[in-house]
Amino acid sequence: MRELRIHGRGGQGSVTAAELIAVAAFESGVYSQAFPAFGVERRGAPVQAFVRFSDSKIRLRSQVYEPDYVIVQDSTLIKDVNVFQGLKKGGIAIINTEKAPDNLPEDVRVLTLDATKIALEVLGVPITNTTLIGAFAAASGEIELDALEKALRQRFAGSLADKNVAASRRAYDGIGGGA
Amino acid sequence: MALNVGCAARPGKARKNKTGSWRVFRPVFESEQCTKCGMCALVCPEGCVIETEEGEFVPDYEYCKGCGICAEVCPKKGIRMEQEEK
Amino acid sequence: MLQITEGSHAVAEIAKFCRPQVVAAYPITPQTHIVEALADMVANCELDAEYITVESEFSALSACLGASAAGSRVYSATTSQGLALMFEVCFNVAGMRQPIVMSIVNRSLGAPLSIWNDQQDSISLRDSGWLQFYAEDNQEATDLHMIAYKVAEDHDVLLPAFVCFDGFILSHTYEPVDMPSQEEVDAYLPAFTPYHRLDAKDPISMGMYATPDYYMEFRYELERAMQRSIDVIKRAGAEFAEQFGRDYSALVESYRLDDAEIAFIAMGSICGTVKDAIDEMRDAGKKVGLAKIRTYRPFPTEELTRALAGVSTVAVLDKNISLGSGGAVGTEVKAMLAGSGITVLDYIIALGGRDVRKRDIAAIVDLADKGVGDMFYGLRTEVL
Repeated sequence: MRELRIHGRGGQGSVTAAELIAVAAFESGVYSQAFPAFGVERRGAPVQAFVRFSDSKIRLRSQVYEPDYVIVQDSTLIKDVNVFQGLKKGGIAIINTEKAPDNLPEDVRVLTLDATKIALEVLGVPITNTTLIGAFAAASGEIELDALEKALRQRFAGSLADKNVAASRRAYDGIGGGA
Repeated sequence: MALNVGCAARPGKARKNKTGSWRVFRPVFESEQCTKCGMCALVCPEGCVIETEEGEFVPDYEYCKGCGICAEVCPKKGIRMEQEEK
Repeated sequence: MLQITEGSHAVAEIAKFCRPQVVAAYPITPQTHIVEALADMVANCELDAEYITVESEFSALSACLGASAAGSRVYSATTSQGLALMFEVCFNVAGMRQPIVMSIVNRSLGAPLSIWNDQQDSISLRDSGWLQFYAEDNQEATDLHMIAYKVAEDHDVLLPAFVCFDGFILSHTYEPVDMPSQEEVDAYLPAFTPYHRLDAKDPISMGMYATPDYYMEFRYELERAMQRSIDVIKRAGAEFAEQFGRDYSALVESYRLDDAEIAFIAMGSICGTVKDAIDEMRDAGKKVGLAKIRTYRPFPTEELTRALAGVSTVAVLDKNISLGSGGAVGTEVKAMLAGSGITVLDYIIALGGRDVRKRDIAAIVDLADKGVGDMFYGLRTEVL
């Protein structure tokens, strides 16, 4: 079983990201589970969401403490929250930032991208979740691009779906997915 | 810290929670355009646009979440929303 | 068809397939997604039901009671403070023998205010005369709604039913659920046949006044209906297994109990984590198992006693506290096993959404080994 923890702020779509990843993983042929850690439900407050991937039915209900993957939607969180806590050796951290943060942990793969820039250019709003899912797909190999597109089109309608697919594709290609 | 009986609390706890890091966009007040109408202070949902002794209006970046309502209502369009560097 | 969906949406979908004619509910976290979805379904003509909007949970269940008495199949959903507000009506629904099915998205009770999960809400209504089913995962939460209607509406039972599933932990989790089709649900669950109903042409009154000469007999009849429901649940579960392949014919699910020395007793979503922890402990040579209570009311005394024969210690995980006594399930298990020689230890756990990990389950086995129990597990002593 592999586990993902998403760090974001209320309103950035972390819970939606977890759900989309779980749907895409299911469509890619594995068992998946996505759930939020609900805290104070206010726009901007730090939030977490989790996804599990497994080849068999998932029974475990605890939160994720030793993730294989971490997604950080907002690099200012690094000051307030230990986003790398428990990240496994050889694990992958995907961080939305303009510049690489300092004091990164060793023995993990850290990928940075300016998802806010991509989201602003493609979607016109600084909501980075679907962009970061594209990067996650490329870096982790847990979800297939076709399955992700299917999940996005189930969730969003019309041109909004097109834009979110485009944003996730751009991040996917930027990370070098499918290469 | 011991728990208070009945989960009782004194006011002022929200003051400790500095919400400024939540911003994606920062309001930049251009004082040369300001007519001191005070709309920005009136509409700020956080109550963090402050009137100085000189009658100027300034945002408190320690708490401002960057919602942009002040920029939206400013009749002189004297408040710019600039993306925060992250 | 196996699909991935949120727990709340799976429950709303199956509620729709059960063809309720009247839905009345008041939104409250974490139940909200269910009633939002049902309101959409009624508005979009996917569900041919009367959706009664109300100003409180008290009114919601009162509207349900009236609709059920008039002969409709009725659905509602609530949690926590909402269920507390329904307290009076709950007893009336059972006393008038109206087979309403209501989802309880388990949440703790205030004060202090907490939106997070434990099972204090439904457990506090254990004496109200409602059947109580508890789901481990969203598949079970989905399936138990069909079984609940079938059992509740059986003329040998005629009791209302709670289908309880843990707030957030299940309600807000996306996971695969094998969702039956409308035709499959219709084949399993026939249309509601009321025992009798309010009818202006043939008037009756329900829930009338009972003097001391009669009241006790009415309560005795309720208890007899509860006891009769045991066989009806087994039968409905067996029929379900035959049609859908998932077996709910037992009120208690045994997990690796053969040759177990220590047995857990638990209800709801915590059972999944317990099972994973048991597998790891078994790999390390520890003889542990789980008796999962699926039906808390009626209490499965006979099945549970049989399942626990041979164990030396029972560790009960109670996501509730009967203040001044102990965990509600633990107290009942102690009474049930009195004189059996089995040690019963009770652990109050996971109140107000405190997370439970596999290592917590292993730690409780260590405590049980030493005979240490009847305690709150996982307290943050530094804040006391």
